[in-house]
Amino acid sequence: MGKTLDINIHHLTRVEGHGNIIVRASDGKVEKCHLQIVETPRVFESMICGLSWRDTAMLTCRICGICSVGHTTASIQATDDAFGLKLTPEVLALRKLMLLAEEIQSHVLHVYFLAAPDALGAGSVLPLASSHPEVVKRALRMKKVGNVICDAVAGRHVHPIALVPGGFTHVPSKKDLKKVQDYILMLNDDVDATVETVAAIGGAFPKFEREREDVSLTHPDEYAFYNGQLKSSKTGVHDIHDYAKVIHEFCVEHSTSKHVRNVDACLAVGALSRFNNNAAQLNDRGQAAAKKLGLKAPCYNPYYNNLAQTVEIAHFYDEAVKLMDQIMKMDLTEATLAPNVTPKAGRGIGLTEVPRGLLVHDYTYDEKGVCTKANCIIPTGMNLANIDHDMQKYVPEVINTRTQDQIGHDLEMLVRSYDPCISCSVHLLKVDWV
Amino acid sequence: MAKPRVSFHDFTSCEGCQLQVLNCEDELLGIVGAVDIVNFREAIDEKSDEYDIAFIEGAFTRESDRKRLEHIRKCAKIVVALGACACTGGLNVLKNFRGIDESMKKVYGEAASWYETSPALPIEAAIKVDVKINGCPIPKQEFLEVVKSVLAGRTPQIPDYPVCVECKLRENVCLFQKGEYCMGVVAKAGCNAWCPSYGGRCYACRGLITDFNKNAAKDVLAEYGLTLEQVMAEFRMFNGVFPVAEPPADGALKS
Repeated sequence: MGKTLDINIHHLTRVEGHGNIIVRASDGKVEKCHLQIVETPRVFESMICGLSWRDTAMLTCRICGICSVGHTTASIQATDDAFGLKLTPEVLALRKLMLLAEEIQSHVLHVYFLAAPDALGAGSVLPLASSHPEVVKRALRMKKVGNVICDAVAGRHVHPIALVPGGFTHVPSKKDLKKVQDYILMLNDDVDATVETVAAIGGAFPKFEREREDVSLTHPDEYAFYNGQLKSSKTGVHDIHDYAKVIHEFCVEHSTSKHVRNVDACLAVGALSRFNNNAAQLNDRGQAAAKKLGLKAPCYNPYYNNLAQTVEIAHFYDEAVKLMDQIMKMDLTEATLAPNVTPKAGRGIGLTEVPRGLLVHDYTYDEKGVCTKANCIIPTGMNLANIDHDMQKYVPEVINTRTQDQIGHDLEMLVRSYDPCISCSVHLLKVDWV
Repeated sequence: MAKPRVSFHDFTSCEGCQLQVLNCEDELLGIVGAVDIVNFREAIDEKSDEYDIAFIEGAFTRESDRKRLEHIRKCAKIVVALGACACTGGLNVLKNFRGIDESMKKVYGEAASWYETSPALPIEAAIKVDVKINGCPIPKQEFLEVVKSVLAGRTPQIPDYPVCVECKLRENVCLFQKGEYCMGVVAKAGCNAWCPSYGGRCYACRGLITDFNKNAAKDVLAEYGLTLEQVMAEFRMFNGVFPVAEPPADGALKS
C-alpha cells in the first residue's frame, strides 16, 4: 500500500498576500497538488477605467506596496509610450536609480527576512535578532537603501510621489543626493558579507530540477531591468508590443489570480529567469557572486531563485554606485526633470523587470487622456502555473522518502523561493471594454 | 510586567502599510524588544489567538471576511486600523462606483462567478475600531506615535486640522496659486503635507477632518471657480465612502 498525504497549509506565511498549499495523495498517487490563491479579487483594471493619465500610476502603484516603484515604472512607461513622450537622460537616470533601489531592497527583504529563516531553522527573522544580531542589523542597513534613495528622489518608496509620466515633479537637491551617495558607498562591505552569508546557507535548499521556459527582458547594452525586448528561452526575442504572443493568460478555479503559459503548459519569470537569460551581461561583482554561490546558467532548480537574487543584489549594487556617480555630475533642474505632457488618444505598453520578474502594463487612452482600457500582468501571476508544475513533479519524487511534514515544509520553501507577491497577482487578467 | 502581545492582520490591501512598519529600520529592533509580535504573516510563522493589540490592514471586501474580523476583535483589547484601506476602504471603494458585477465580469469574464466579492467598506463596517492610523501609505512617524502611546497608556496625538496647515509650515507654494487644486483644505493632516512637498496634489488619502468648515472650504474653492462636489469627485480615489463623493451626473470622473 502506497503512502497517503493530506497537506493543507492555510494562509502560507512569509509571503506577501494570501495563498494555501493543497496536496492530496492516496496509495502513493498524487491526486491534487496546487497553490490555491485566496486573495480577495481587487479588480484594478476596472477601477482604472475613467481615470485621467495623471491618476493611472497613482492607482496602479497601489497594486503592491513592495513593488510600488516597479508598478509606477511600468505604468508611466505605458503612458509615455501612448503619448509619445521623450525623456531626458536625467529623468532616465533617476528612474533607473529608483528601480535599482527597489530591486535591492526587495531582494534583501526576501533573502534575509523571508527565505533565510528556513535555511537557519527559524520561524522568522525575530529569533535571529538575538541569535545573529549582526546579520539582522546588516539586513536592515541594506534594506534601508531603498528608502534612502526613494525618499530623496520621489518623497518615499511606498507609492512614490514625484515619479510621474514624462519626468519628476520634484528636483532633488545635490546636498540630499550626496547623503544618498554616502549611504550607498557605506554598504560596500555589506554586499560581500551578504554573498558570504547566503553561500553558507545555500546547501540547505533541496536539490530539485525541472526544465522550464524562462521569460525576461533583454537589452543589448546591459543586464536588462528597466526596459528592453522580451526574451523567451523557447521562442527567442520579441518586440515588447508583441507581448501577448508570448504571455497567454487563462483562468483556473483554484486561484483568484489568472495563470499564464506560452508554448508549454507554464513559464517562469523572476531573478533566476533573468539570470538564465542574461547572465553573460552581469558586471564583475555579479559574476563573482555567481561564482561564489556556484550558480551557472541555465539553472533549473527553482529553490536557487534565492541565489539568483543574491547575485542580483551584488550586480545591482555596483550598477547603483556607477549610476549615482553619473547623477552627481548631471544638471538636475526643473528644465531637465519637469514633465511636459500633452495627452493624445492611443495605446501604450510598459514592460519592466521588477524584483519578482517581468511586469506588463498596457493602457489605452482617449484624446483627453482618460484611460478606457487596461491590462496589467504581474510576475507572480505568471509564475503560478510554473509553481503548480514544480510541486506536481516534486511531490512524487519524494513521497516515499520524506514525511508529510517534511514535504509540507519543502513545498512552503518552494513557493517562498519564487518570492510570490500574491496581493499583487490578484486582479490581473485582461479587460476588454465593449 | 509582561510585554504586550501584538498582532498584525491583513485584508484587501497592497500590504504597503505593513511594509511601512518594516521600513522603520532604525526603530524596529527597539519595537521588537518592547513587545511580543505574535502574528505578522508577511514576516513570521507563529500564529496565535492571544494578543493585546491588533493592527489590521486592508478593506472589508467580502462577507466571508466578517467572521475573521469579529474573531480578531474578540481576541484583542485594542484594535488599530492600519492605513487608508482599513480606515476608509481606501481606493478599493472605487470599484463600488464601477458596479461590482460589471467589474468582476470585466476582469474575470465567464469565470467571474468562481470568486466571492462584495462592495468595499472600512473595517469599521464590521467591527469596532479603537485607533485609526490613516494614510496611503501610513506615515511612519504616526505608527511610532501610536505604538508609544499605547505602550504608555495615553491617547495618541493625531492632528485633526487640514493639510494646508502643514503645507504652509513647510513653505510650499500653494497649488491653487499654480493654477492647480487639491484636497488640502479639507484633508486630515499628519503626513506633514507629504505629496504637495514633492510636487504632488493632496488626494486626502488620510480622509477628511472631522466637522470641517464646509462654508469656508466652499468659499476658498469658489475663488478659483470650483465647487466642493467637483473637487471631491475628482479626488474620489481615497474618499469614496464619504457621502459628498457622489459620482458626477455623466457617470465618469472628470479628467
